[in-house]
Amino acid sequence: MKLSVQDLNSFYGPAHILFDIALEVGEGEVVALLGRNGAGKSTTFRSIVGLVEQRSGRIEFEGRDVSNKPTHEIVRDGLGYVPEERRIFTDLTVEENLEVGRQPKRPNAPHWTREKLFDLFPNLSEMRNRPGGRMSGGEQQMLTIARTLMGNPSLVLLDEPSEGLSPKIVEQMVDAILTMKKEGVSIVVSEQNLHFARLISDRAYIIERGRICFGGTMSELDARPDVRDAHLSL
Amino acid sequence: MAFYVVQFLTGLASAASLFLVASGLSIIFGVTRIVNFAHGAFYMLGAYIAFTLTEQFSGALGFWGGIVVAAAIVALAGVLVEIVLLRRIYHSPELFQLLATFGLTLMVEDLVVLIWGPDDLLGRRAPGFKGAIDFFGQNIPSYDLFLIVLGPVVLAILWLLFQRTRWGILVRAATQDRDMVAALGVNQKWLFTSVFAVGVFLAALGGALQIPRDAVHHAMDLRVIVEVFVVVVIGGLGSIVGAFVAAVLVSELNAFGILIFPKISIILVFLVMAVVLIIRPWGLFGKAEAPARRTPGLTVNPWRPLTSGERLAALAALAVAAALPLVGGNYALTVGAEIAIFVIFAASLHFLMSVGGLASFGHAAYFGLGAYGVAFLAKMAGLPMILCLLLGPLLGCVGAAVFGFFAVQLSGVYFAMLTLAFAQIVWSIAFQWVAVTGGDNGILGLWPESWAASPSHFYWLSLGIAAASVIALRIAIFSPFGYALRATRDSLLRSEAVGIDAKRIQWTAFVIAGTVAGVAGALFAYLKGSVFPDNLGISLSVDALVMVLLGGVETVSGPVIGAIVYKALNIWLVSQTDLSKLVLGAFIVVIVVVFPKGIVGMLEAFTQRRRPSSAKSSLVTSPIESAE
Amino acid sequence: MSNASPLLSVERLTKSYGGIHAVRGVSFELRSGEILALIGPNGAGKSTCFDMLNGQNTPDTGRIRLLGEDTTGKKPREVWRLGVGRTFQITATFPTMTVRENVQVALISHGHQLFNLWGSASGFATAEAGRLLDLVGMGSYADRACGELAYGDLKRLELAVALANQPKLLLMDEPTAGMAPRERIDLMRLTARIAREQSIGVLFTEHDMDVVFEHADRVLVLNRGTLIAEGSPQEVRGNPQVQAVYLGEGLVYDERHRKGASA
Repeated sequence: MKLSVQDLNSFYGPAHILFDIALEVGEGEVVALLGRNGAGKSTTFRSIVGLVEQRSGRIEFEGRDVSNKPTHEIVRDGLGYVPEERRIFTDLTVEENLEVGRQPKRPNAPHWTREKLFDLFPNLSEMRNRPGGRMSGGEQQMLTIARTLMGNPSLVLLDEPSEGLSPKIVEQMVDAILTMKKEGVSIVVSEQNLHFARLISDRAYIIERGRICFGGTMSELDARPDVRDAHLSL
Repeated sequence: MAFYVVQFLTGLASAASLFLVASGLSIIFGVTRIVNFAHGAFYMLGAYIAFTLTEQFSGALGFWGGIVVAAAIVALAGVLVEIVLLRRIYHSPELFQLLATFGLTLMVEDLVVLIWGPDDLLGRRAPGFKGAIDFFGQNIPSYDLFLIVLGPVVLAILWLLFQRTRWGILVRAATQDRDMVAALGVNQKWLFTSVFAVGVFLAALGGALQIPRDAVHHAMDLRVIVEVFVVVVIGGLGSIVGAFVAAVLVSELNAFGILIFPKISIILVFLVMAVVLIIRPWGLFGKAEAPARRTPGLTVNPWRPLTSGERLAALAALAVAAALPLVGGNYALTVGAEIAIFVIFAASLHFLMSVGGLASFGHAAYFGLGAYGVAFLAKMAGLPMILCLLLGPLLGCVGAAVFGFFAVQLSGVYFAMLTLAFAQIVWSIAFQWVAVTGGDNGILGLWPESWAASPSHFYWLSLGIAAASVIALRIAIFSPFGYALRATRDSLLRSEAVGIDAKRIQWTAFVIAGTVAGVAGALFAYLKGSVFPDNLGISLSVDALVMVLLGGVETVSGPVIGAIVYKALNIWLVSQTDLSKLVLGAFIVVIVVVFPKGIVGMLEAFTQRRRPSSAKSSLVTSPIESAE
Repeated sequence: MSNASPLLSVERLTKSYGGIHAVRGVSFELRSGEILALIGPNGAGKSTCFDMLNGQNTPDTGRIRLLGEDTTGKKPREVWRLGVGRTFQITATFPTMTVRENVQVALISHGHQLFNLWGSASGFATAEAGRLLDLVGMGSYADRACGELAYGDLKRLELAVALANQPKLLLMDEPTAGMAPRERIDLMRLTARIAREQSIGVLFTEHDMDVVFEHADRVLVLNRGTLIAEGSPQEVRGNPQVQAVYLGEGLVYDERHRKGASA
């Protein structure tokens, strides 16, 4: 098992946000975390990488307990995180953005170099010295993913990669994610767009009001329109 | 001509130290978002420790080594402060951080007097740079030439450090989004600590390098911090090049301003700052601050007027307070009147800071202007007391109208620094324009007329005006104007999008707050019978901030409670110890770390918890949905 | 629909930043009661266009007329006073106030009472505030703190606030961004209903093609600062140039809206 989360509970101040979240990701799998806005997708990701202070439960990454580690150590262990809203460093150039993400090579994870990433995202190679603030939304989204891959993660948490992007760029994103999977990166992707999720994922969880209320393969999900309608309000 | 060249070079030499200190402040702010008020204290410590070391060790090595070692020692102290104190408050609002570092400054001021004594210390001349160079009959100290070269050299080193090293790239990345840097595997804690160490090192080095030029004394921290604030406001917070250019500009203005306005040269710097801010509100090389990320899940209770029961309780409390003359002696009544005056002062700042979201660090300026207004009217025009009380605060009103106009163009820490700089300018005028203000000797002999002269009568007068001011401000808070003001605080974008002219609303609030502060100052002048420049000094401004924060910045009634508790404690402390700054500083630091919500805020949180769960259930379910 | 002068007319709008032409020569018109979508790739100039319409940005050249009045270069609050309501991609509300107070602030401004220091704001135009909240289905939330609302409810509140000055034009920047599919449809149906009932013109940007194709009367497509297509949803959907630069192969929106949904 690549990542296993059990009994995860998270709080923001007095508010209880996540309730007994449990999810698992296998080696090389792409798993979708589906749910509407505010259901707890981002909080789940932030809790896994230790960005939510008040949390309890057990998080195992590659068989080791990382529940009590600080964010930077979890990331250095090979668990990459791409937040929503892109959050690139707008004052830094593309190359400098990548430099911030650089971490040493890891034995059990694919190794990414700048050149390899520029192959994956050809748009970026044409603007190596451009400040991030002068890139379009689609280019910025690609840069955030490339930046996280510079850390040579074996698993990546992708938070709403298709949000706010034009349909065509979303299709490019599908290709990039499938390439990452082929290289051997395990991926958890949070989404509201079921069409997009179906194109890339092996399995899916549905989260609603801070609780996991469905887990199964994409075909199992398709076989349960009741679940889909109740929780994703499609 | 030669004289002007020499004057110019002297300005450049002064710029070197100023640049070191300002760049340190800028770097620290960039990454940690903390405006390190204690930067002046570190500068002063650098000078004191360098003085001791260079006295202990002789020779060139002793001198230069002493300077560098002094800076390193202070940097270590900075690391300690960062680890012990600042790490606990990185997630607090900016204001609290500024206040905590101000608390540190107060402590250091008492500590240096305790260790090195109150007298000015004259340091050694720098070996190798003891002489002067003749320039067409004018002398230029060779040490000045050394400093002139040092400034650009340090600028170049810093530039290379930030553009060419991985550490520099990480620091620039963290300047924009520190959580994201951690999410990419960088140990944020040590990055912050290292940045703080570098910044403090620069400040201490700036201080240490001053010892051959200037005497070391225990007030040099405040003097330099105000200049440094002016420099970073002009240059742009976070920009090192900006810090350099502005340091040169300010130093030259000082050097030549002395020739033009010998008494009030600081006016020139102020004028230039005002012009820069109108043209570029974020400074010459600065960028607009990104709006702060709201802490998710943080819900604020909407404000509501007092219920009729609470009104009765407040009235009862007022009645009890009015009964003080029945039991208290003259001393108690004087203290009571002073507390009432400070309730007015704190409530006026609260209106600007809590309702308007504009934290002024120089609110005492308007308090003091009110006091001077009374003094001018009573002493020069000989008006009766009642007219003085009515008209005196108008000076505060005018001051607030002029300075407020510029200040509301900015927001956040820029606003705080600018208001502080304005207050310091007013202080300098009061201090230096001896012919009008009496300078340090103040204006004496302002006694209330017979109808208000007895302690009980003056107490009732103060209490009555305090009650009226607090009620008037409360009415304003819940008036349409109050809603509009809160709207500009909550979301500038939305308020502009519903037709609100935010700057005009904020300016009006600034004038109201300044006028009410002037009322407090006018009463204060009669209470003390005199007016001094300290009535508009920094420490009084900070007193007001502490009162509001102690009461609870997110509450409506906080300032009243905060003022009573803080002022009573303060008066008691001063009567008990000589080291009042040390104790007060420690007290401020503790408040910031332990009670970020203040007294009333804590009480509210407590009653919330005790209330039956009907209201709470909605609180628990809905943030789940909005929390992401 | 009458053929009188258009509600909004935009003529040859141009804007460039540091040598980059963000918007070049964009012209279009909008009639009362019409719902017009502005779509295009990220970085095509949609936001710049939008900001110029509502006054947050000034065009280099070109002219904007609202009901015949020239609004080019006017400030956002001046544009608002002329009858333009606005919602934002990321909701902008007053989080420390209640839902009703949020609407009341807009009503206070509309009633020119901003500098009234004496009256009671909580009693100001409560009936009108209640009516607006009922209109968007938020009537029962009036006393809730705005900061604790769910995202979808915030969007509806924002709509109520935008309607407070009885606008003739609504500018909505990605109105359904960050919402679940069902909420998206609901919000846009509500908007469309209000627009038709009150003859308000609506201009919105959007990336969700399901929303665009379902609700827009007309679609404008922007690419690299230039309008490349304009027409009904069907026309735009079938336009090969639009497919090439923006729509792609249609894998990521609902089958019903794909070109020639034969599969």
